[in-house]
Amino acid sequence: MIEIRIDGKTIRSKPGTTVAAAILNAGTDHFRASVRGGRRGPLCGMGICFECRVKINGAPGQRSCTILVEQGMEIETAANEDSAADSHG
Amino acid sequence: MSGTTITTDILIIGGGPAGMAAAVAASESGRRVTIVDDNPRLGGQIWRAELGKNGSPDANKLLAALAERRIDLINNAQIFGTDRDRSLLAETGAGTITLGYNKLIVATGARERFLAFPGWTLPGVFGAGGLQALVKGGFDVSGKRILVAGTGPLLLVVAEYLRSKGAQIAAIVEQAPVSKIIRFGLGLWNAPAKLAQGLELRSRLAGIPYPKGSWIKSVRKTGEMLTAAISKGGRERQFECEYVACGFHLVPNIELPSLLGCSIVQGFVSVDEYQRSSIPTILAAGEPTGIGGVEAALIEGKIAGFASTDETRKAEALFAKRDRTSRFAESLKATFALRNELLTLAEAETFVCRCEDVTFGVLKDFNSWREAKLQTRCGMGPCQGRVCGAACEFLFKWHVDSVRPPIFPVKLENL
Amino acid sequence: MTYDIAIIGAGIVGAACAASLSREGMSVALIEAKGIATGTTAAGMGHIVVMDDSEAQFALSDLSQKLWNEMATRLPTDCEYEHCGTIWVAADEQEMAEVRRKHAFYSARGLTSEVLDEKALHDAEPNLREGLAGGLLVTGDSVVYQLKATSYLIEDAKPAKVISGRKVTNVASDGVWLETNEKIRAKYIVNAAGIGAASLSPELKIIKRKGHLVITDRYPGFVSHQLIELGYLKSAHGKDSDSVAFNAQPRSTGQILLGSSRQFGIDDAGVDRELLRRMTSRAFEYMPRLRELSAVRTWTGFRPATPDNLPYIGRIGDSNVFAAAGHEGLGITTSLGTAELITDEILGRDSRIDRTPYSPNREVAAH
Ligand SMILES: Cc1cc2nc3c(=O)[nH]c(=O)nc-3n(C[C@H](O)[C@H](O)[C@H](O)COP(=O)(O)OP(=O)(O)OC[C@H]3O[C@@H](n4cnc5c(N)ncnc54)[C@H](O)[C@@H]3O)c2cc1C
Ligand SMILES: Cc1cc2nc3c(=O)[nH]c(=O)nc-3n(C[C@H](O)[C@H](O)[C@H](O)COP(=O)(O)OP(=O)(O)OC[C@H]3O[C@@H](n4cnc5c(N)ncnc54)[C@H](O)[C@@H]3O)c2cc1C
Ligand code: FES
Repeated sequence: MIEIRIDGKTIRSKPGTTVAAAILNAGTDHFRASVRGGRRGPLCGMGICFECRVKINGAPGQRSCTILVEQGMEIETAANEDSAADSHG
Repeated sequence: MSGTTITTDILIIGGGPAGMAAAVAASESGRRVTIVDDNPRLGGQIWRAELGKNGSPDANKLLAALAERRIDLINNAQIFGTDRDRSLLAETGAGTITLGYNKLIVATGARERFLAFPGWTLPGVFGAGGLQALVKGGFDVSGKRILVAGTGPLLLVVAEYLRSKGAQIAAIVEQAPVSKIIRFGLGLWNAPAKLAQGLELRSRLAGIPYPKGSWIKSVRKTGEMLTAAISKGGRERQFECEYVACGFHLVPNIELPSLLGCSIVQGFVSVDEYQRSSIPTILAAGEPTGIGGVEAALIEGKIAGFASTDETRKAEALFAKRDRTSRFAESLKATFALRNELLTLAEAETFVCRCEDVTFGVLKDFNSWREAKLQTRCGMGPCQGRVCGAACEFLFKWHVDSVRPPIFPVKLENL
Repeated sequence: MTYDIAIIGAGIVGAACAASLSREGMSVALIEAKGIATGTTAAGMGHIVVMDDSEAQFALSDLSQKLWNEMATRLPTDCEYEHCGTIWVAADEQEMAEVRRKHAFYSARGLTSEVLDEKALHDAEPNLREGLAGGLLVTGDSVVYQLKATSYLIEDAKPAKVISGRKVTNVASDGVWLETNEKIRAKYIVNAAGIGAASLSPELKIIKRKGHLVITDRYPGFVSHQLIELGYLKSAHGKDSDSVAFNAQPRSTGQILLGSSRQFGIDDAGVDRELLRRMTSRAFEYMPRLRELSAVRTWTGFRPATPDNLPYIGRIGDSNVFAAAGHEGLGITTSLGTAELITDEILGRDSRIDRTPYSPNREVAAH
């Protein structure tokens, strides 16, 4: 099992799991805030809709459905919005 | 960074069935063949994540051949633009690579068509293939109640897959009328493999309601659950579920061939019988030339692989088989054509462009895609119109064109 | 019917003229070959900036900026008019000398600006690299989403007629001919056809100056002011050779629009990757963290340039045809001033600034 952190919580995932799947399995469906502040989560599952964007290891805007979990990954979703906003710049 | 340049003889973009088949065929000539795919794993939409273990025999055969022929594989590399003559640019984790080629085979596959309806932006409303892909990526749906809706044969495949993963399928809501589905079923006699597949699927899906001529009108959140309103025979029915998986058949990924200047006719790359596009060095196979499913992808890929290495005899030997799959693609298109009632789903406040949050009410007053883009930023977000473009084409009959580099967003330093 | 005015071209310049002339009660026919704001206006950056390259350029851009600020209160929010100000960034002491010269120039003409030292610059724009000498903050400058502003000008003007999708093929003394062989009759004709103006009025000399732009995804707060390097003085954004300069604009969406490049003698609208990379590399020298941001689109546009860098505004010879074209890289800004000068001239009024430097009948020698 691989250990990752999603919004500060430690989660265990099977190798080969996508970050999007890991987030959904952790019970979060609010991946990003839309430009008008709407709650959004994955749609296409294949890297084209950009709805599953989250911050991974400090890099914002990563398509979580195209990235596999790796040991020690730090993931921040919009459910964790406030702390994410400060470090955006 | 943008240092690496790779030069190959036959460059194949897309590692799905079409790209894999093309690579194996092209390698028979002994030339250098390279496959580039933007995913961590080969296999494309159908085989990804399933390769190796209990995977399809077709897939495993191709995989073994790829390994044996020592075909170069570049994974996690997304083509975003063109450089000088006969070279493409791909973004990788380690920066940009330049890929030079003599012949290019475009096997970029398809994506789902999404239509805007009230509630389609709620988390928990996925694409049909979209949810399948997420589950293949490890999303656990066991015990969840899921409504599958939209149109096309993919709905059945997805429902069966989700059920095999422990989900409970509330219904499969198909917008095509029952008369067309019956005709399509008979038409499958032309494609025996598909017929067997269809029959087998149906038995595995036994007991699941499969209303035809029926479509999703809206989804709303009710506590922890979603409630979907379904129209059937002029009446409305409500379904409660945890997730909705909704897609309206497929649209081809033609951004790359468009950027390269290949002729596009009615939304597809126009190819001759050797799968050659209007540009002699560029061939196309699989979904970009017509939505025909995996059999068409395999056969077209093979023809393109042979044609790209001037093995014209070997290519010609496959023409008859390919023509059968092309007929299948035609009947798919006719059967699952979108009904006009779907034009009325979006309300003024429904978002059509999800990247920029542009509503139907704002868009409906424009005359063209370009005008709407410039004035509302519809289609100008990171998905670059991949989602809203197909919806606008249907809703407003706009001609959705004008591909600009980069075809996928890339880091500024990688441009 | 005979209109008072036929305007050729619905870019921002034609739209501004339509608004200004309609407001004076004149019946205006606005004729556009392709679509509203689909020419150079669609490609530009939307920086409303007062320039000081020459007295004439200052006068027109200063007048225009005042007009923009007056209009700002009426502009719908989707025009995204933002009073962000410009910072002219100085890398070294030599460029700081230019900062002080500019400061003196603007101050003498009643314009507010503020000299920033190294620390003040860094506080204003923390993503600029360390060690830049300083800059000049010009507080009155702004940015606008020029496409929406062009539409607003036309909606607001309610010109008597808008003909879109028809090209003007010929200009006569009493109107214009369309490609459909229809004639639109008018007492006066305003040629606002941008890079297409000279083919209708051969008296005008307009050359295309190609520019590249890149826009990023949304990064609110990454850049706060329109930033322009003063280093371009040294590289001289030359007339003959291709040049690039650091120019970054914060959009109200949080997106960053990056320029700029200048090239003459090119007709191909394609993105030139080598030049684009020169341009972004230049930007990274000033803002290293830009490297990591996601670029969503690149495009190019052709600035309608004149040999002496001033637009043509006014009556051509003693004809009924007025030129409003050749605004090069400043036409979003100077559209409003241009419209005022044209309106004054047609109505036989004096203008707030001297019109002669822009006369299409001037001797133009490249300087
Ligand atoms: C979400 C989804 C799920 C599907 N599931 C099934 C299914 O379960 N069963 C079934 O029979 N059919 C399914 N299909 C239909 C499927 O498209 C066809 O059956 C068949 O797999 C098509 O093969 P292909 O090789 O043409 O394309 P694909 O299999 O789509 O392969 C194309 C590959 O190219 C890659 N690619 C695209 N653009 C770029 C780029 N710019 N740079 C690098 N790589 C790129 C893609 O990521 C993909 O890996 C699905 C389609 C979709 C969209
Ligand atoms: C990269 C770039 C960045 C820029 N940044 C800025 C900036 O930050 N600030 C600023 O102030 N300016 C900027 N500019 C300059 C500005 O965009 C132009 O000066 C301005 O848009 C010119 O407007 P226009 O109306 O004259 O031309 P256009 O917008 O080109 O309008 C002319 C119209 O006439 C039509 N037309 C042509 N021929 C005919 C015909 N025969 N019949 C009918 N119609 C015809 C065309 O279709 C077109 O729509 C920039 C330009 C570029 C290229
Ligand atoms: S879910 Fe669409 S890009 Fe990830």
